[in-house]
Amino acid sequence: MSILGTRVLRTEDPRFLTTGGVYTEDLTDEALDGACHVFFVRSPIAHARIGRVDLSAALAAPGVIAAFSGADLADLPVIEPMMAGMLNAKMTRRLLAIDKVRFVGDPVAVVVTEDAYQGEDAVELVDVDYDPLPAVVDFDDALSNETILFEDAGTNVVVEFGNAGSLKPELFDGCEVVVSHTFGNQRVAPAPMESRAAAAVWGEDGRLTTWIPNQGAQSARDDLAKMLDVEASQVRVITPDVGGAFGAKFGADPEHAVVAWVARQLGRPARWTETRFENLISMTHGRGQRHTIMIGGSRDGDVLGYRLEIIQDGGAYPRIGAVLPFLTIMMATGPYSIPNAEAIGTSVVTTTTPIGAYRGAGRPEATAALERALDLFAAEIGMDPADVRRRNLLPPFTEPHQTAFGALYDSGDYAAALDKALEAAGYADLRAEQASRRASGGTVQMGIGVSCYVEITGGGDESGAPQENATVEVHPDGTATILTGTSPHGQGHSTAWAMIASEELGIPVENFTVRWGDTDLIPVGGGTGGSRSLQQGGAAVQQASKELIELARERAAAALEASAADLQFDPGRSAFAVAGDPDASVRLADLAKDERLFVHSIFTAPGATFPFGTHVAVAEVDTETGKAVLRRVVTVDDAGLVLNPLLAEGQRHGGIAQGAAQALLEEVVYDADGNPLTASFADYPIVSATELPSFELASMETPTSYNPLGVKGIGEAGTIGATPAVQSAIIDAVAHLGVRHVEMPATPMRVWRALVEASAQGTDSESA
Amino acid sequence: MQVELTVNGEQRSDDVEPRLLLVHYLREVCGLRAANIGCDTTSCGACTVLLNGESVKSCTVLAAQATGQDVVTAEGLAAAGELHPVQAAFRAEHGLQCGFCTPGMVMAAVSLLRENPSPTEEQVREGLEGNLCRCTGYHNIIRAVLAASGQAEVTA
Repeated sequence: MSILGTRVLRTEDPRFLTTGGVYTEDLTDEALDGACHVFFVRSPIAHARIGRVDLSAALAAPGVIAAFSGADLADLPVIEPMMAGMLNAKMTRRLLAIDKVRFVGDPVAVVVTEDAYQGEDAVELVDVDYDPLPAVVDFDDALSNETILFEDAGTNVVVEFGNAGSLKPELFDGCEVVVSHTFGNQRVAPAPMESRAAAAVWGEDGRLTTWIPNQGAQSARDDLAKMLDVEASQVRVITPDVGGAFGAKFGADPEHAVVAWVARQLGRPARWTETRFENLISMTHGRGQRHTIMIGGSRDGDVLGYRLEIIQDGGAYPRIGAVLPFLTIMMATGPYSIPNAEAIGTSVVTTTTPIGAYRGAGRPEATAALERALDLFAAEIGMDPADVRRRNLLPPFTEPHQTAFGALYDSGDYAAALDKALEAAGYADLRAEQASRRASGGTVQMGIGVSCYVEITGGGDESGAPQENATVEVHPDGTATILTGTSPHGQGHSTAWAMIASEELGIPVENFTVRWGDTDLIPVGGGTGGSRSLQQGGAAVQQASKELIELARERAAAALEASAADLQFDPGRSAFAVAGDPDASVRLADLAKDERLFVHSIFTAPGATFPFGTHVAVAEVDTETGKAVLRRVVTVDDAGLVLNPLLAEGQRHGGIAQGAAQALLEEVVYDADGNPLTASFADYPIVSATELPSFELASMETPTSYNPLGVKGIGEAGTIGATPAVQSAIIDAVAHLGVRHVEMPATPMRVWRALVEASAQGTDSESA
Repeated sequence: MQVELTVNGEQRSDDVEPRLLLVHYLREVCGLRAANIGCDTTSCGACTVLLNGESVKSCTVLAAQATGQDVVTAEGLAAAGELHPVQAAFRAEHGLQCGFCTPGMVMAAVSLLRENPSPTEEQVREGLEGNLCRCTGYHNIIRAVLAASGQAEVTA
């Protein structure tokens, strides 16, 4: 019986449950003996010119070894925005700010101490003169260019993906109904439970070894080499256990490079672990878009036109966040057939924390805008939102479908996912219950939100086709090792990759060791992000395993003095046997005795895959307080065939929670002066167990032909589907009271205000 | 100053700074690094350990305050290589992903079940409100605690 598709328990878990993982802060590697501790002095002002940086008091404090300001690192190259050809190349950054600070949290100096407690004391003693400049927090302030963050750039615009001049005025010709609205897709904090950290030491050979929690050691290595102005071959990144990432630990940050620089400067190992306060103000945030939508169609529910205009907040220094509108535009029309559609986007810099990737990165925004638009359209024509969706979904297809925005959907049956989710939720009964509650006029009303989505996973980077490499080696003692270019941080690759290889090699899952994230051991790899790992990394493991069997077959033929073609591999015994003569056999492990038995293989996919599904959320709203409570989330998430349901469900659960949290609770908030108001877990309302229900998952598996496993990515489905479903459920709960929209997060204050405004409008129209 | 306490059954006596937090004492002095530090506002619970059998956030207890008392960390929960029933349930129900919150979450769950051996789902959620997890959406953590209490069948 195949192990694929079964609920294999994680081999990772016993260690995590007993001694705990070994995260960067936990490392006791002897190379780090005597390490000093690095503390960052961060700007308390959103936008200012830096005057004098006085390190003297800090240098005199107990235990302080050294202190450095930006001037000390001025010889290092400026950090250009990624994709510098696409983004405004003048918007550069220094490892430590020299002339200006551009957000609260921008690092300006470091203090280095013998022990960590001393560092917390001494970091307060660095005296920096700031000459404040106006903060730029709001999208419109950024676009006005009244205050410019990068004088050399002459503008706050990082990049434009189309512009207003390219919009077609005739897009909505022939529409009986046109609705437009502007709303936010607010900035949120990825907030992995493990903050950022680094440990660094330089060898006598002039090579850096650094331990960094990351999502891909190879890209972290390349980033570090660039920032430190050394060859990539001089940098070895080792990835300890990583306590969550959610997109925010891809590559290396300036702080990681500064820690390495300090270690080189002082000739001793250096370590850094950021506090949660630092994490919430200086690790990249996610989302941060404003959408203006216009949707039009017929009164009987056909959507004929859709326009999406995006403003993206890139934060103070352009990173991947500035590029997100590209993905949002690509997925603008989602799973629907909309004859006329257009989407444009503009990214700006603001005096806030840089925006990066956060679970979904660009696609949740596309789905949120589109699903909100469909709800507004449905409300305008008085049609059930589920019916409007069904009417406009693309029909099922098995041959790739090309969209007007350049996406090539590999396979899909969107209406089936919708129907399955509605059935699992008991949609008709829910609507009946809602009607009776509305009729009763009670103070706790119920709403239902439906969200259909398709997303892109496993896309290639600018270097070309989506691919990943793996090495599989069988050892004489019957164990095996897998080296992978992916980089798990909770996803369970040790278990999943072992399952895939076990299926081919007949070696038990528990006999595998899976290794990743050491650039000396695995110099090439794409890491884990964009829901790419199983479809590329897993496929590479499968391919390498199959190739290993063929390599072993030749050795088995020699050992058994038989023709290779006459040999059959029996995974049940993990042995080759001569056809018709099962006694003439040789174990796979025995073929590794005289010569190492391993294969390195690169799997290349023909393209990205497009998972899809439908989420249904049920929320209750207290109409007197505005308090919304999420009661149910029912989802169908079709990501192709499922390798291990346990792991796939875990990915869905986590994503749903983060998606629901954006709709319900979470938001990074700045005041008008650019001061962060959500810089601790006491202030940032990170979702907890009491704010969520258990989730109801229905399964649907439409295979893709893009890899032999038939799998697509599942890591980000939750945030993509759940956010609009939950927002919609909350609005739907009070729709009969005249509310058409509530911004995210739908806090009690926002819901209550919407109710008050709707009530006032109702009174106005009655009196008119 | 001198602290004397029991950690995972072992009697210890150590000279520490008066301001040393229990979590740093456990991690740096005792070398027990399962408990993690995930915030600086006593919000996340990654550092949860048992103090005289009850869960505490060890970032908010001074080592000095633990003197004369009994501390148990995740390392001390498993007996003779066998997972504690709560640990076993977390594995069976896939109640952990990245593992960072896990030692604290498990200790909080152990304490919760000692206080209330047959909690409802709502009681489990309320009992674990002070322990944050960013990976699991709490779904399987709740399942694991209910399973450990003998109330929920392990998922087929």
